[in-house]
Amino acid sequence: MKELRLMKGNEALAEAAIRAGADAYFGYPITPQSEVIEYLMRENPVDRTGMQVLQAESEIAAINMVYGAAGCGKRAMTSSSSPGISLKMEGLSYIAGAELPCLVVNVVRAGPGLGTIQPSQSDYFQAVKGGGHGDYKLIVLAPATVQESVDYVRLGFELAFKYRNPVMILSDGIIGQMMEKVELFEQQPRLDVEFEWATLGKKPDKDSVIVTSLQLQSEEQEKVNLRLQAKYREVEKNEVRYETYGCEDAEYLFAAYGSCARITRKAMEMARARGIKVGLLRPQTLYPFPADAINGLADQVKGILTVEMNAGQMVEDVRLAVNGKVPVKFYGRFGGMIPSPDEILEALEQKIIGG
Amino acid sequence: MSESNMITPENLVYEKTSVMTDRVLHYCPGCGHGTAHRILAEVIGELGIQGDTIGVAPVGCSVLAYYYFDVDMQEAAHGRAPAVATGIKRVLPEKYVFTYQGDGDLAAIGTAETIHACNRGESILIVFINNGIYGMTGGQMAPTTLAGMKSSTSPRGRDVATMGNPLKITELVAQLPGTYFVTRQAVHAPANVRKAKRALKKALEYQKLNKGTCFVEIVSNCPSGWKMTPVQSNKWMEENMFPFYPLGDIKVPPEKQ
Repeated sequence: MKELRLMKGNEALAEAAIRAGADAYFGYPITPQSEVIEYLMRENPVDRTGMQVLQAESEIAAINMVYGAAGCGKRAMTSSSSPGISLKMEGLSYIAGAELPCLVVNVVRAGPGLGTIQPSQSDYFQAVKGGGHGDYKLIVLAPATVQESVDYVRLGFELAFKYRNPVMILSDGIIGQMMEKVELFEQQPRLDVEFEWATLGKKPDKDSVIVTSLQLQSEEQEKVNLRLQAKYREVEKNEVRYETYGCEDAEYLFAAYGSCARITRKAMEMARARGIKVGLLRPQTLYPFPADAINGLADQVKGILTVEMNAGQMVEDVRLAVNGKVPVKFYGRFGGMIPSPDEILEALEQKIIGG
Repeated sequence: MSESNMITPENLVYEKTSVMTDRVLHYCPGCGHGTAHRILAEVIGELGIQGDTIGVAPVGCSVLAYYYFDVDMQEAAHGRAPAVATGIKRVLPEKYVFTYQGDGDLAAIGTAETIHACNRGESILIVFINNGIYGMTGGQMAPTTLAGMKSSTSPRGRDVATMGNPLKITELVAQLPGTYFVTRQAVHAPANVRKAKRALKKALEYQKLNKGTCFVEIVSNCPSGWKMTPVQSNKWMEENMFPFYPLGDIKVPPEKQ
C-alpha cells in the first residue's frame, strides 16, 4: 500500500532501497549521507526482505562489494558523499567496463578536497563526464525533492538492469538532510531471476560465466568500447527526462537541476510577478542530458541563465545544446553557499535581460 | 608397444581435472602458478563443487586465472578481490567463494581489503601466491621481497632502512579472530604439492562450516622475475624464502588442535 510519511531525504532513500527490492547495500559513513546506512542498520532489512547490509572498511571496499554482488545479478547499491565518491571512481569504471548494474548515491558536499559538509553541486562533471578512467558513462538522475530521491531508487535499479550500467543518483546535502512529505511506493519483491551473465555457479554443459573488464587485444577492447557507445546512444534516445515550468510563453529561460532548480523556480515566480516572461527547464537526467529540449527552447527565448551550486559545470552542456543560438550565461554560488531567489533574479536581469 | 595399447583405462595414472580448461597456460616455464591452479581445480573437482564455486581473479600474473579455472569467476580491480568476494558471499552464502591473489595484490595495494575481510571472518578461501616480486609488471619489488633481494625497483637489493621490511601478512591475518585456518605451503616438490592440495581441500571443506576465513599462502618461485632458471629458482626459494616464510600451519581450527 502507498504510504505518506514525513521523512528526511537520506532516510527516505534508504527506505526506498528496501522497498525497491534491493538485495544488498554496502557503505561507509560520511557526512551528509550517513543516515542512509544508519537507517538501514536500524531497520535491519534482512528481517523484512532478506536484504543484506554491510558497513565496509572503506568506500573503495564498499564499491567493490557492490561489484561482487552485482556480478551475481543482484540489486546492489552504495551511497556516499563527494570525497567518498572520488574513492569509488575506480570501482565504477570497472563496473561500467564489466557492464554490471548497480545504484550509487552521491549526496554531494562542497569540495575540492575535504571541503565542507554543506551542500553543493560541484560533482556534476565527475558524475556526468566520467570521473574514473576510460570511456564510460553513468546514467545520472538528479532529484529535486525527497519524493524524487525515493522514486529514483526504483527507477535507478530499473535503468541499471535495463542497460547493465551503473546508475548514479546525484543528490546533495539539502535534499539528503531536509524533511519533506513523501509517498512511499509499495514493497517490491527482490529479483528472482538468474541472469545468464551472472556468476551463480557454472551450469553443466554451459560455458563458465566470467565477469571482467579486461581485454588484452586492442581489437577486442575496441569492440567493447563500440558496444558501450552503442548502448549509450540507446540511453540517450530513450531515457532523457526533464521538466519545464512556464516555458509556453517564455522569452527567457533558466536551466537548473536538483535543489538549485527549486530555488530558481522561486526566482522564476518572482520574475513573472514583475512581468518578466521567464521559464525554467529542470533536467531530471543529467546523463542523458536534455540537449534537444534545450536546443528547441533556444529557438524561442532570447537568452538562457544556468544556475548551479558550483563554479559553472552544467552550463557547458547547456552551451553545447544551444550551439550558439542565443547567449547562455551562468550564475552560481559554491563552497556550500546556496543562492537566494533574489540573487538569481538579479543575475537574470543583469546578465541576460540587460546583458 | 604401440600408443593405442598404452592408452588404456588400466594404465591411467593421471587425469587432467575437468575443472581446468584446455587453454594453454600463459605462465612462464617453471612458475608455480600452473601447479597451484591445478591442485585447486582438482580439489574443486574432488569435492564436486564446480557448479557451486565462484572465484575471484586478481590483478597480477594470475589476472587471467578465469581462462584456466572452469568455474564462474569475476575479475577484481587490483587488491580488491577480498571485497569483491565479500559481495559475492553475502548475496550467495551457499556458494563456495575463493580469491586467488599474488603478493602485490594481496599484501600491498589490497592490504586493507585483505585484513578486513579476514577480520570480519568472511567465509571465503583466500589463496595467496607469494613469490616476493611483481611478476606481471616485470619484476618490481613486492611487499614480500626479502631484505637484500634484488628487483627492478630495488636494483641494489631491498634496503629495509629506506624501503621497509618484507611483510609477513599471513602471520598477521592469523592473529585476527576472523580467520579459521591459516597455513603456508609450497608447490615446488611432489611432497609439498600433496600437502598444499590437502590444505586447499581442508580450507574449502571448512567453508561449509561458516566459521571464518581460510587463508592458504603458497610460497612460490618466479624464475623470470628472479632472473634464474626454474631449477635455480626452486633452490634459491628453499634456501632464502623458506627460512623467512617457514612452511606449515600457522593457525588451525580450535577443534582440530
